[in-house]
Amino acid sequence: MTEDNIKQKTRQILEKARLKLITSLTDSIPQTIAVIGAFLIGAIVLAATGYSPLEAYGTMLAGAFGDIYGIGQTLTQATPILFTALAFLLAFKCGLFNLGAEGQLIIGGFFAAVVGVSLNGLPVFIHLPLALLAGILGGAIWGFIPAILKAKLGAHEVITTLMSSYVALYVTSYFVNYPLKAPGWVSQTIPIAASAELPRLLPVTQLSAAFILSIAAAIATAYLLEKTTIGYEIRAIGLNPAAAENAGISTKRGMILALVISGAIAGVGGAGEILGVHRRFIDGFSPGYGWDGIAVALIGGLNPLGSIIAAILFGAIRSGGISMNISTGVPLDIINVLQALVVLFVAAPKIFEYVKKKGGFKWLKLST
Amino acid sequence: MSSAIKMVGITKSFSGTLANDGIDFDVKEGEVHSLLGENGAGKTVLMSILYGLYKPDQGKIFVKGKEAKIENPAKAISLGIGMVHQHFMLVPSLTVAENIVLGSEPEKYRFWLDSEKANEDVTELSRKYGLEVDPKTVVNTLPVGVQQRVEILKALFRRAEFLILDEPTSVLSPQEVVGLFKAIAALKQQGKSVVFISHKLKEVCAISDRITVLKRGRISGTVNKENIDMEELAKMMVGREIPVVPLQNPFLQEKVVLQAEGLKAFDKRKMLGLKSVTFKVHESEILGMAGIEGNGQSELIEVLMGLRKLDEGKILLNGKPITNASVHERIKSGFSIIPEDRQKTGLVLDFSVSDNLILGRQDQPPFAEKFYKLNLEKESELAQELIQEYSIQTPTKETPVRHLSGGTQQRVVVAREFSRQPKFIIASQPTRGLDIGAAEYVRRKLIEMRDKGCAILLISADLDEVLALSDRIAVIYEGKIVAVREHSKTNELEIGLLMTGAAND
Repeated sequence: MTEDNIKQKTRQILEKARLKLITSLTDSIPQTIAVIGAFLIGAIVLAATGYSPLEAYGTMLAGAFGDIYGIGQTLTQATPILFTALAFLLAFKCGLFNLGAEGQLIIGGFFAAVVGVSLNGLPVFIHLPLALLAGILGGAIWGFIPAILKAKLGAHEVITTLMSSYVALYVTSYFVNYPLKAPGWVSQTIPIAASAELPRLLPVTQLSAAFILSIAAAIATAYLLEKTTIGYEIRAIGLNPAAAENAGISTKRGMILALVISGAIAGVGGAGEILGVHRRFIDGFSPGYGWDGIAVALIGGLNPLGSIIAAILFGAIRSGGISMNISTGVPLDIINVLQALVVLFVAAPKIFEYVKKKGGFKWLKLST
Repeated sequence: MSSAIKMVGITKSFSGTLANDGIDFDVKEGEVHSLLGENGAGKTVLMSILYGLYKPDQGKIFVKGKEAKIENPAKAISLGIGMVHQHFMLVPSLTVAENIVLGSEPEKYRFWLDSEKANEDVTELSRKYGLEVDPKTVVNTLPVGVQQRVEILKALFRRAEFLILDEPTSVLSPQEVVGLFKAIAALKQQGKSVVFISHKLKEVCAISDRITVLKRGRISGTVNKENIDMEELAKMMVGREIPVVPLQNPFLQEKVVLQAEGLKAFDKRKMLGLKSVTFKVHESEILGMAGIEGNGQSELIEVLMGLRKLDEGKILLNGKPITNASVHERIKSGFSIIPEDRQKTGLVLDFSVSDNLILGRQDQPPFAEKFYKLNLEKESELAQELIQEYSIQTPTKETPVRHLSGGTQQRVVVAREFSRQPKFIIASQPTRGLDIGAAEYVRRKLIEMRDKGCAILLISADLDEVLALSDRIAVIYEGKIVAVREHSKTNELEIGLLMTGAAND
């Protein structure tokens, strides 16, 4: 290759990268506006309740990103939300509204914990992957159940995924309160074996290798959607099921596959929490990661890589909110207010658009 | 008799297509005036304008000599105009009487529905017009014919003097049609006017005082009862505009590619949509399927593609049975389809041109590689090739097809379907909604494919197109093939009469 050739190639690649950056920046304008808007209104709420918005946000920012500990906690909080966001968006691309990431995460965590506490004496390189696989399997099963109900009986996935989340919560709760309960007052299992633990990345913080897994999952999801035939078919079904069917793509098969993969992703998220953060299964360990994931996916523009940024934002609000609470006395509830505002700005119109496009609130029988 | 309703110079277009083009139409008191025409001729649009559902771009409406601005159905109702739609607008869980009085319910102690009064009113009304119904029956338990009666009573309850019936017989059994005609006669006697919209020649001839024929948004003539001539009407309805190129097909072969035997299938309403359809398509042959829409064509296409379950019958491709093959298997063995509605079933509008071009082939080499990897370079190469070969006017191959014109979208479909070397092509309304140039292009391509050896089933409501392209013509009517003719041994008149059920083999 001549020098000119190389120069030309480099220029082409740079130009491509520049275009990509510009489009992704312009694509994220609505999300950016939403976040700014949410914080502005949040400031009004803070001022009205007698706190200084500047001080509050300042300590929040410092708490979330000010030091290694803060960054560690931000990323720790972001990890499970990123998994559930990916789970939501993958199903969404197939035209499905998976409200079951919460349950899939819980089951995934539970399966991982069972393998983690039971198979003692295995070497790390077998025990840890097995525990993670158990998490994948648990989530996948919890995605498969609503999928098969939809394919065979036509049950709407909004209802079945939502309900299966509660089943997951209460079934696991039973196990850690009775057969698998560790001695003591807390509803939890005994600690998992050290050989099943995901390594911690930063000292003092809870940040574990699960974070790396979540980034890998985001890249894998993007790859699956854009560069594989499965992703192509999933997207075709999501955008126009009739045309997909006409082209010989089985929409039922595609939907089952999408929900199973979606569940599996949420399942790894749960396994990551158990094996990396808590190191035992605790009843109700998820403070609603599944629901936050929906918001994060939508704020991330239903894009796996955008979801990384949105998940870190949500993680920062959570971890920064705690330091804000400690140093300025602003109640922790402001976190929920801020998150809700971001969701209102971004997600609500999108959810409505989507549901409308899908034929209205037919399953609620409102629009007859 | 004077004209009670007069529509003058009505013009209405939808995104560039003229649905009504300067139409003059009038209804006299106490007459049955039919609007006859093929699907898409503009009948329903014209009447929807009269009923206030659409606003005309141009034109005026006079009711009893006074100009009327009809902005909405409420206004139309207040002027005494009632419309019974093709799809009923009844609340299924309410009783007959409740449905009829809905919106102007008789009240008792304010806000309480006076059911007794409602029942009495309805009974009286039904007796007056000879439209028998039981006011207390719940609507969803009634057969369609009776539901239609309820719709008519609903309009009469609102004091309609002009009743528009949109394709009222399309949902009825023959016996129910007789009942409807009796009811229409009774209405006429009471001095009501009826506009009867239909594409069924025989029915229109049986019931009308006057018939106005619409074709492609224009009036092709109005005929009085005394001068009805079925052949003349059929000609007015389907008359040709494209000059037909006499076809010589030197390639015609004896070899049968597709064979359909005794196909039976139910339609969406769970009625028999296809009643024993049998036909063959040979190599290098275009078999035209002429017929008015809704006579089983959609069911036939779905059954052939494997999208709808066949209740009886066999389908063979090159002698091999494929009756139970999936859509995927059919495509792999050489089926291609230009679907009737390219936007709904032919394309993924938010996919790029190149993504659309591999739809249906995405899981086959060279596009699919190991581990489900999609070969994007091969996809891009194919797109480049097809964009050139089929002159697809698109800014880039990454442009979503949503942004392309209808003609260009159709080129994308044609390019995709014809480039995978099909053995059998189903072309359903392949030129619908296209401008002349684009339509011509698609027709030429069809002939090109035929000359290459493809067996083509052309399904079109446009008789001119069927006549211009087909080597043989089959006529489908009410789910049956009523005749098959050689191109050289038939004419539009004969086919037109067969299509409308006015003639039979």
